[in-house]
Amino acid sequence: MGVRPSVEPEDIWDGVLREARSRGVSEVEAIVTGSYEALTRFANNSIHQSVAERTTNLSVRPIIDGRTARASTNRLDRDGIRDVVEQAIAITRLTAPDPDLLPLADEVPEYPCAYPRFFDETAAATPDLRARAVAEAIGGVESAGQTAAGIYSTGVSLSALFNSQYVAVWHEETMARFSITAMAADSSGWAKACACDLRDLDPLQLALTAALKAAESRAPRELPPGRYTVILEPAAVLDLAGQMFGDFSATAIRDGRSFLNDRIGQKIFGENITIHDDVWHRLQAGPGFDGEGVPRKRLTLVDGGVVRDIAHCRQAAALAGVEPTGHGFPLPNEFGEAPMNIVIEGGESSVDQMVASTERGILVTRLWYIREVDPYEKIFTGMTRDGTFLVEGGRVTAGLRNFRFNQSLIEMLSNVEALSAAVRASGEETFDMVAPAMKVRDFNFTEVTRF
Amino acid sequence: MKDLALQALDAVARRGVTYADVRAVEVRDREITTKNGKAGHVSSSESTGIGIRVLASGCWGFAATDDLTHDGIQAAAALALEIARASRAACKREIALAPEEKYEATWVSPIRIDPFSIAVDENLNVLLAVDEELRRTAGVSLAETSMNFERRRQVFASTLGSLIDQTRYLSGAGFAALSYRDGEIQKRSYPNSFGGQHELKGYELVEELHLLENAPRIAEEAVALHTADQCPEGECDLIVDSSQLALQIHESIGHPIELDRVLGSEANYAGMSFLTLDQLGRLRYGSDIVNVVCDARPEHGPGLGTFAFDDEGVPAQATDIIRAGQFVGYMTSRETAAEVGEARSNGCMRADGWARLPLIRMTNVSLEPGRQSLDEVFDAEHAIYMQTNKSWSIDDKRYNFQFGCEIAWEIRHGKRVRMLKNPSYSGISTEFWNACAAIAGREHWTLWGVPNCGKGQPEQVMGTGHGASPARFRKIKVGSAYGG
Repeated sequence: MGVRPSVEPEDIWDGVLREARSRGVSEVEAIVTGSYEALTRFANNSIHQSVAERTTNLSVRPIIDGRTARASTNRLDRDGIRDVVEQAIAITRLTAPDPDLLPLADEVPEYPCAYPRFFDETAAATPDLRARAVAEAIGGVESAGQTAAGIYSTGVSLSALFNSQYVAVWHEETMARFSITAMAADSSGWAKACACDLRDLDPLQLALTAALKAAESRAPRELPPGRYTVILEPAAVLDLAGQMFGDFSATAIRDGRSFLNDRIGQKIFGENITIHDDVWHRLQAGPGFDGEGVPRKRLTLVDGGVVRDIAHCRQAAALAGVEPTGHGFPLPNEFGEAPMNIVIEGGESSVDQMVASTERGILVTRLWYIREVDPYEKIFTGMTRDGTFLVEGGRVTAGLRNFRFNQSLIEMLSNVEALSAAVRASGEETFDMVAPAMKVRDFNFTEVTRF
Repeated sequence: MKDLALQALDAVARRGVTYADVRAVEVRDREITTKNGKAGHVSSSESTGIGIRVLASGCWGFAATDDLTHDGIQAAAALALEIARASRAACKREIALAPEEKYEATWVSPIRIDPFSIAVDENLNVLLAVDEELRRTAGVSLAETSMNFERRRQVFASTLGSLIDQTRYLSGAGFAALSYRDGEIQKRSYPNSFGGQHELKGYELVEELHLLENAPRIAEEAVALHTADQCPEGECDLIVDSSQLALQIHESIGHPIELDRVLGSEANYAGMSFLTLDQLGRLRYGSDIVNVVCDARPEHGPGLGTFAFDDEGVPAQATDIIRAGQFVGYMTSRETAAEVGEARSNGCMRADGWARLPLIRMTNVSLEPGRQSLDEVFDAEHAIYMQTNKSWSIDDKRYNFQFGCEIAWEIRHGKRVRMLKNPSYSGISTEFWNACAAIAGREHWTLWGVPNCGKGQPEQVMGTGHGASPARFRKIKVGSAYGG
């Protein structure tokens, strides 16, 4: 047995079922996961941390007399399986009954995935392959007289879900990420990409993009806070817009913690905003089933600015009298469900065209430390970072000191003047998604920092 | 566990390394939540694995596995070494480590009641009683309660000959009331947001928090916020409660003093620091009454950053960070201490589990108690008193921050005159601490737990401790979160 996971989910499930039945428990669910993740990290033009981790996990959830609870372990031998089943049964018997608890999900055919998400080349990536790519990227930044920091990661993940109602679903995929920050004397630039197939990444090109941003933002000017037209690159769009999707949840609405309370069916964004949740989109990733094994449906969350579909886990769907959408989290949990495969429809423009059409505005590469200020008006605060530029007369004229913003997402997505094509993008504040760049008027910057 | 650690150390040491250490870690935890009268999340988990760190060919390599067979350990050891050697492709300097002694020790954090000796149904009964009490108040639309417990045993073994067996018990508990009305969501939490209070204690923490007794007040405040006035925008004296001040310390002092950040290790993700090396001993960080320590020793208190040894085998220490307003110290590791010419690490390397590499992390970074009474702290002609964090954000060099709180009161001549909703304040870290005018004494000092500090790639989530008592700051910008 090597470092990479060699999990046999069906064998583990057989053990779980046998142990549960021998204890008189007939309703039981198991989730088996395994992963091998490796990450090569660099700073000051040098690899300084390079790691690899192999992890496995088995979690078991019985249903006994209207009660349920979950126990987990990473001991996947016979004793480990026996112990975790015993523990799951013991804590389930001690928990409070839930009158709304549903029996386990029944077997439902999965929707087919048209695009491969497992690539042997990514799964087989070695420390040497990552180190050589990193060395080349560092060289690109060094040649600009700058300092590089970043990561190159590759990994394999497996998740499988079984239950005693004959649900048996699993998903295996690979993922590669490259992110780089280039630092000059008084400025910086950043670029990042991720893909299931590492051959879709170009670390050197990302390094050169970051270096160019650092060079072009040197000697940053300070502009007063205020409302500006901004051009948000895709990573900035997703890190900010991504903060709202937990609210597209029937459970969140029932709990009164969603900004969509009393807004379903209303037009709250501009007509040019259409957003789907679509796990099967060619640029998306992740399993096609949810935490109870229900296949994920494609949702149109926002259609021409109007809030349409809401994610429903099985319990929320039963309470609402609708079909579950396949977005539930593993039970038991207090959050219910959320869409996690976001596709924001793009437009005909491009970042270059947005700049060219802007008399005075600010081009933003990346946002940072985004936190919710107001849960109903969906106001968020955060900072710009690693490449903030002044646009004047249709071109980038200078770098700028970074701003703090306090911006309502409802207002922002009502003020979008142009969208680029949507791309698979990745930031640091939320999950990856398919998102366009956006030109937004009246973006609210409230303070300026020292750099 | 000791056998595992030594077996892994032997596997890697025989392959020819400059230095290696191994952490064998066994974690057991329990999480319980309720929501509106029903059990929410009820779970128990266990995880065991090893992390192997090697220094070879002048570079670090790290591999972790939960395959604890002989072959699994050998494979992880080989991979750690392969990673270190591959890193030569882009390694600009040889890693050196500050010297450290060899230690053999066993330490268990003191607890009065083993949290795992309390049955799950008893945990639930306590939480459901609080949940019911919260929902007695008309207007509370969502009641949430939680408890979490963890026992973490770690055996550390290194090629220095150290063998350190530590067991830490962590407990946390708290609740929140949320009220949705007329297009507005208001929330109050007790005793803090982020799931309440978290300490290096056993089940006694739950008993000490008096959850049930505080539920009616918190529920009433959540509902009352709907009719409170909006926090005004402008500049005024600010009084901050101890839990919010703990997060202020965390963000505007704790992170900037991480020496790995200062030296650039985190530049791509968590960022860097305004506390460049030339500032040490020169920067006026705060007013004369501001004294901050970084203290992992048990005598500092049962904080989330309390231990006997850090995760590279360095004993827990106390380090002055700010003394009488002057910036005097960083948090270090063996590598960063050597890089800046320090004789020894001050013991701040921590990993969030067996699968992750130790990084410089806050231990307990605390503001020492002041000499003022609580009345003296509140003795302002006009001030705003803010309680319990709601939002937090700071730039990637830790200059500009903005915090939102759940609730505030306007203070006139030392007295509360009206409740304010949606309060926020913002500023520049050093300007804020230099505006500190009064700090309450030891009797009002609490060692708060921050359970969700993120850093590193892959990201690690760490619990940190921050002691603070309520304090007053002059002429702080308030209300800009809703401005513009």
